[in-house]
This record gives sequence, structure tokens and C-alpha cells, in this order.
Amino acid sequence: MNFTWFLSVYNVYRFIARFFREAFLPPYEFKELMRQCYEIGYRSALLISTTGFITGLVFTKQSRPSLSEFGATSWLPSLVGIALIRTLAPLLTGLIAAGKVGSSIGAELGSMNVTEQIDAMEVSATNPFKYLVVTRVLAATITMPILTFYTAMIGMLGSLLNVATNEGTSASAFFQSSLESITFLDVTASTVKAILFGFTIGIVGCYQGYNSSKGTEGVGKAANASVVIAMFLIFVEEVICVQFFSFFLT
Amino acid sequence: MEQKKITDLSQEKVIEIKELDKSFGELKVLSSADLNLIKGENLVVLGKSGTGKSVLIKIIIGLLKPDKGMVNVLGNTVDQITYKELLALRLRVGFSFQSSALYDSMTVKQNLEFPLVRNQRSLTKAETAKRVDEMLDAVGLLKTLHQMPSELSGGQRKRIGIARTLILQPEIMLYDEPSAGLDPITCMEINKLINDVQERFHTSAIIITHDLTCAKEVGNRFAMLTDGRFEKQGTFEEVFNSGNKQAQPFYDYNFIQ
Ligand SMILES: Nc1ncnc2c1ncn2[C@@H]1O[C@H](COP(=O)(O)OP(=O)(O)O)[C@@H](O)[C@H]1O
Ligand SMILES: [Mg+2]
Repeated sequence: MNFTWFLSVYNVYRFIARFFREAFLPPYEFKELMRQCYEIGYRSALLISTTGFITGLVFTKQSRPSLSEFGATSWLPSLVGIALIRTLAPLLTGLIAAGKVGSSIGAELGSMNVTEQIDAMEVSATNPFKYLVVTRVLAATITMPILTFYTAMIGMLGSLLNVATNEGTSASAFFQSSLESITFLDVTASTVKAILFGFTIGIVGCYQGYNSSKGTEGVGKAANASVVIAMFLIFVEEVICVQFFSFFLT
Repeated sequence: MEQKKITDLSQEKVIEIKELDKSFGELKVLSSADLNLIKGENLVVLGKSGTGKSVLIKIIIGLLKPDKGMVNVLGNTVDQITYKELLALRLRVGFSFQSSALYDSMTVKQNLEFPLVRNQRSLTKAETAKRVDEMLDAVGLLKTLHQMPSELSGGQRKRIGIARTLILQPEIMLYDEPSAGLDPITCMEINKLINDVQERFHTSAIIITHDLTCAKEVGNRFAMLTDGRFEKQGTFEEVFNSGNKQAQPFYDYNFIQ
């Protein structure tokens, strides 16, 4: 841990501080924010749907043998529901968005930096931080909880398919027992995690892109670092959140 | 060729640079550079590639910070004013990038609207559209309105970049190598545009170039950047016909070739 390491930590801190300062001050780039939200949802929808469905289905299938040893396969819907809401959905959505959304934010801002488009905004008396960074970070933060609950829903559909074919459970019975076991705290914890993951993906991608080194290889590096660092932080945050919320759950 | 004359004779300094130093780590780029821009003139800054011409005008617009020295633009010391004041100053100073720096993801129309809608919020949609049309017409590219930057030629991109800068009606224009990498005819068109801008909008301008033909056509005054400073400033003859060792290779390259 040398001097440059501290310097980069300080720079990240300043970047985040600037985000909070500029996010609340007018003028607001509302139209661009909406466009970014749409882009993020649109970009990750297909991948999230597929992964969510398969995860729900496979998780159910793999859990059945252990439960059937105790003759408790009727617990499958609630087991899957809890697993999806508490961990699988936030984590899956976070990791996929880090790959899809984080890399594209890093690459986009990186190439805008390399081709002097960010400087061009500066000199035309526009604050590029507001237009580019604030909108993207906010969009990621807002969209992640929505995507996370969407993933959980799709995951339950995958699980339902498996349970319906094996146990012949009806859809209404499945959802009744799975939703019954999910508490308000589960939903809160999941939302908090999703917001945190979204914020992380947005900030990391924007920081890497905004500060990418000049030259074409800077763009690739920014995109790559956006994904790697965001994924790492998401796991760290997951562990911290689990500790924090299990304190309340018990 | 006739030396161009300035119409505004007030001799007011719109940019004043004194003893400016700038280094990047070990690399000393500017050392004790002095330069003034007089109201209404086109000042041509010449110099070899990598001598710090772009760095100089990036300091003027506040994209880079000077290490030492004074940079005064329209009465503001650029490295000492707040970010808000800097943005306000940038409304009055236009900057045309060497790379054009058009916004890839936007059409030509959106490129021109971008600075306008953010800085003149009272304009209606129709007024904005009218200003965009007028400006595109002024650079002779009205037909590209709905095209993407990737569909334009290098010369067209340059002119759109200049139009995007002019749309805020700046008092000072900074052109970074406006004709570099363009064919001679397009180069002449750009020169004509620079002169038109000076006449029509009464701007003062710094034009960076290493093309002497271009320099002679647009410049009222000339300054040669060598070893981080401006040793020679004045008329074309004063800079080039004085047995100046630094300037000679330039002259030879451009006219003997
Ligand atoms: N942001 C920067 N960081 C580090 N070095 C830079 C930076 N900008 C310019 N330089 C260096 O400063 C020198 C002058 O650059 P520049 O002003 O672009 O030259 P030119 O006169 O061709 O426009 C070059 O050696 C360049 O590598
Ligand atoms: Mg340059």
C-alpha cells in the first residue's frame, strides 16, 4: 500500500462526494435520466429473464432430494421464495448488471473521454458530470431494485414449472405458500442490497470511464475494470449486508 | 499576399498571459510564456508538433491548470475563479477541438442543440431550431442536419464542430489545428470560414496551425512557440524573414517543398 493507492482512494471518495453534491443541485437532466433507466432495463432484461428462470428451476430441482428425505417437498415453494428474495435475486441481478451495464458505462464514458467529448461538454459551458455521471449512477440505483424483484418473480416461475410437473402443485397454491414465508424484513433487505449494488455499478463504471487513460487501450481497460471491481464490491457488500440483516432476523 | 488588417483598433487585451509555466511530471511544456490576444484580431500560433500549443489553449479555457503565471481571459483569472464562474466564462469563449470532438451518439442537430438548450433555457423549441438552422447554414452544411457524426467527412466534422462552438455566440474563438489533416481545398474552405466568423461575429481568435499558407490567409498577427515560450511575435515578415533559426525550417517546409 503505497502513496498512489491512498491517492486513488481519495479520488474515489471525491468522485462520490461530487456525485451527492451535484445530484441534488439543479439543473436536473430528467430526460437523460429516463433514457438511461430505459437503456439499463432494456439491455439486461433478456439475460436476467433467462438466468432468473433457469436459476429458479435448477435450484428447485437440486433442493428436492434433501427435502424429500424428510418428506418435506411441500416446503419447496417457501424455500425457493426465501432463497430468491434474500440472496439469489439481488446477487444474480447485481452480477449480471455489473457485466452488462457496468461494462457499457465504462466503455461509453471511456471512449467519450478519449475522443475529448467530455472536454467538449466542459468547454461548451455544460457540466459533463451532471449530464453523464449523475444520470447514469441514479439510473442504475433506481433500476436495480426493480430488476431484482423482476428476477425473483421470473425465478419463481421457473420453480413453479418444476414443482407443478413433479408435485402437481397449482400456481395459486405455489405462490400462496412461497409469498407467505417472505417477510417485510426480507423485502427491505433485498431492496437495500439492490440499491447498494446499483449505486456501486454506476459509480464504478462512471469513475473508470471518466478517469480512463487517454488512448484506445484506455477504453478497454475502463470497461474491464468496471466489471471486475463492481463484481468484487458486490460480493463484499453482500457479506456485510448478510451480517447486518441477520442481526435483525434473529 | 496582403497582410490582413484588423478593424477594431482599441488595442484592448481580451486574453493576457504572463510568465506561464506548465509541466507534466518531468516534461516541461511551457516555461515563462507571454502572449496577448488583442480584441478583434486573428492571432496565429505556430509551432512544431508537441511543443504545447494545445496545452496553451486548454489552459486558457480552464481544462488544464497552470503551474505558475497569470492567465487572464476577459477580465477573469481562469485558475482562481469558481467552477460556476468558469462555466459562465466558457459561454464567452469558444473552443474548436483538433479532433472535432462531436458527440458520437447524437445527430448533427442534437450536437448543436446540446450547448444551446442547456445555457439558454428561455429559448422555445422553434427558436432553438431556427438558431441551429442558421448556424448550419453559416458553415454551409444545412443538409447534414439529421446525419450522425460517423457519416460525415473530416472537413464536415470540423465545420460542425466550429458551428457547435459558434452557436453560443462567443466573443473569443480558440481553434486547435482547424485545417490539419484536410485536403487543400477543404483547408481553404475552413480558412474562409474562420475569416467569415471574424467579420460576421466580430470575434477575436487564436488559431493554432503548422500550415503557413493557412496561417497567412487567416492571421493578423503571428506567434511562434519554441522551447515553451514565444520568442517571436508580430507580422508574418517579422516572424519569418528575420533569420530566425527556429522559424526557418517551417518556412522551408511549407514553401520550398
Ligand atoms: N494531459 C496531459 N498529460 C500529460 N502530458 C501531456 C498532457 N497533455 C499534453 N501533454 C504533453 O505535452 C506536450 C505538448 O502537447 P500538446 O500541447 O498537445 O502539443 P501540440 O503543440 O502538438 O498541440 C506533449 O509532449 C504531450 O505529450
Ligand atoms: Mg495539438
